[in-house]
Amino acid sequence: MKALFKLAVHSAWNRRFVLSLVVLSIALSTFLLLGIERIRADVRENFSQSVSGTDLIVGARTGAVQLLLYSVFRIGSATNNIRWSSVQSISQHKAVAWTVPISLGDTHRGFAVVGTSIGYFDHFRHGDQQPLILAQGQPFGSVFDAVLGADVAERLHYALGDRIVLSHGDGKMAANDHADKPFTVVGILRRTGTPVDRSVHIGLNGMEAIHLDWVAGAPLPGMAVPANQLNQYDLTPKRVTAVLVGLKNRAAVFSVQRSISEFQGEPLMAILPGVALDELWDVVGIGERALVAMSLLVALVSLAGLVAVITASLDQRRRELAILRALGAGPQQILWLLALEGTLVTLCGLLIGTGVCALTIFALGPLSGSHLGVTLRLQTLSSSEWALLGAVLASGMIASFVPGWRAYRLSLTDGLSPRI
Amino acid sequence: MSTPAQAPLLSINALRFRWPKAGADCLAIDRFELQRGETAFLRGPSGCGKSTLLSLVAGVLTANRGSVRLLGHDWQELSSARRDRLRADHVGYIFQQFNLLGYLSVLDNVLLACRFSARRAGQAGDARQTAQRLLERVGLEAPDWRRRASDLSVGQQQRVAAARALIGRPDLVIADEPTSALDEVLRESFMDLLLQACAENGSALLFVSHDARLAPRFQRQLDLTLINQANADAGVSL
Repeated sequence: MKALFKLAVHSAWNRRFVLSLVVLSIALSTFLLLGIERIRADVRENFSQSVSGTDLIVGARTGAVQLLLYSVFRIGSATNNIRWSSVQSISQHKAVAWTVPISLGDTHRGFAVVGTSIGYFDHFRHGDQQPLILAQGQPFGSVFDAVLGADVAERLHYALGDRIVLSHGDGKMAANDHADKPFTVVGILRRTGTPVDRSVHIGLNGMEAIHLDWVAGAPLPGMAVPANQLNQYDLTPKRVTAVLVGLKNRAAVFSVQRSISEFQGEPLMAILPGVALDELWDVVGIGERALVAMSLLVALVSLAGLVAVITASLDQRRRELAILRALGAGPQQILWLLALEGTLVTLCGLLIGTGVCALTIFALGPLSGSHLGVTLRLQTLSSSEWALLGAVLASGMIASFVPGWRAYRLSLTDGLSPRI
Repeated sequence: MSTPAQAPLLSINALRFRWPKAGADCLAIDRFELQRGETAFLRGPSGCGKSTLLSLVAGVLTANRGSVRLLGHDWQELSSARRDRLRADHVGYIFQQFNLLGYLSVLDNVLLACRFSARRAGQAGDARQTAQRLLERVGLEAPDWRRRASDLSVGQQQRVAAARALIGRPDLVIADEPTSALDEVLRESFMDLLLQACAENGSALLFVSHDARLAPRFQRQLDLTLINQANADAGVSL
């Protein structure tokens, strides 16, 4: 077998140009398979890392997935808000340990603005129960203080003390800027790899303050409230978008969920983040499977190329096979020689594809983190990635038996005198 | 594989061979024997079944009737794997041309014979040294050993093929018109080398050619058209 292996390597090296094209095509499909698998896994990882330690998320009645998407991932927007009085009732529930209200809708140069309470910095957790940590500065104290996520500070080159202007809505209309009430950067959070990095955090009172003179999404002409007169106004929010709820005892989660959905004051719903995520994956899973199926098809095409190239080369190699037969190689050994060649080519393709994939993740991982919000991490192959590589290798080996079988037949009929 | 001591090296008895789908026998040889260390010249024009006979002697083909025995082993009674091993162990084969794997070095081409046969590797002793000695014997010096076989001239290639056929002292060397691609000078020197090396090795030589001028150098001369009773024209001639 060792002699055959050496022969297969030498023989393949002799035809390296054509075979390298096959290696390239297998490498490409490996890259595609691994890349899609890695993105899929990391997107899931990123999503499930985005919130932890929160037992329930409460919002106006809508779909569970939608509530999760806008409250945690800042994707989409709320159709309805919650009254402040409802928030207070929930926080007084005997099973509730803490509540963190969040108020969304404004942006700063494309980044979401999150109005929240100071409790956000104490209770919000991501990843494996990790708290938010300030890289610089402190949490917001006064009305016009802002705490930036890591990406916001980095991309817009903000430092502590910088003044920023928030925009109403998506910020596309200059008239909707809250230009009269700029905020001061007082803190910058350490990177979390979650949507927090791409958020500007301000106090609920600040959120209220910039909207005092606004009605129905537009500034009221002639009603502008100067920043220095704010102390005459009650800055308690009237409505918030959602509330993150922590319980004293997780076992109570379903009873609290039920009592919130039966809340008398207004129609509310409470979701378990993990359950809502699972629902989300059910939806996303269809697209994921389509992508994986597509890349599997590409792999199949490459393997078909492998079979075609090696089989086509056989006619020129009948002389070689006859020499080996004369030296005492059996038809089975000829079969193995060809099968080994195909397996080697597949293996090379797999190694190169895996290497290129790792390099790409290494090189572009940080970029994808800041631009796409999905942090791709270089790590050892997961079991599903091993399974994919194994499947391609096994298919390559099986496919290699096609030229192997043909060589077997040829060496039987040709014997020592190939008809070339 | 045990070898009956008294058996002739090669014996053919009442051999009949017919290609599948062919209308008549291609070969019909009643009796032919070759003793150990003997050199035999087998003459025959193209198309008289020479290559077929050699395939039968090397155990790549098997007889339809009768027997072809190498060292007392009837090829037909052996499994295909045992035939391959017997051939690897006891037969060195030289083709008309294109004997070498072009992508291997000259030395590796010679050593290839030992890779398929533990017996010949054992008999060669230090296989690498033996191969080098054989290459020197056939006139290829050290600088040529590392060259790719495909870079050699035809004459050099045939000499490497002879070295490969001889390494590990096989009992029988079969040469299928090995000189037909060589010019006269090369042919003479190749014949000298081959016959001397076979004698030194104690290998029998079955040499097939249509070139009658070579015949006097051999202990025995045979004409295939005479020993083959089949009407060669009727068979598929190969």
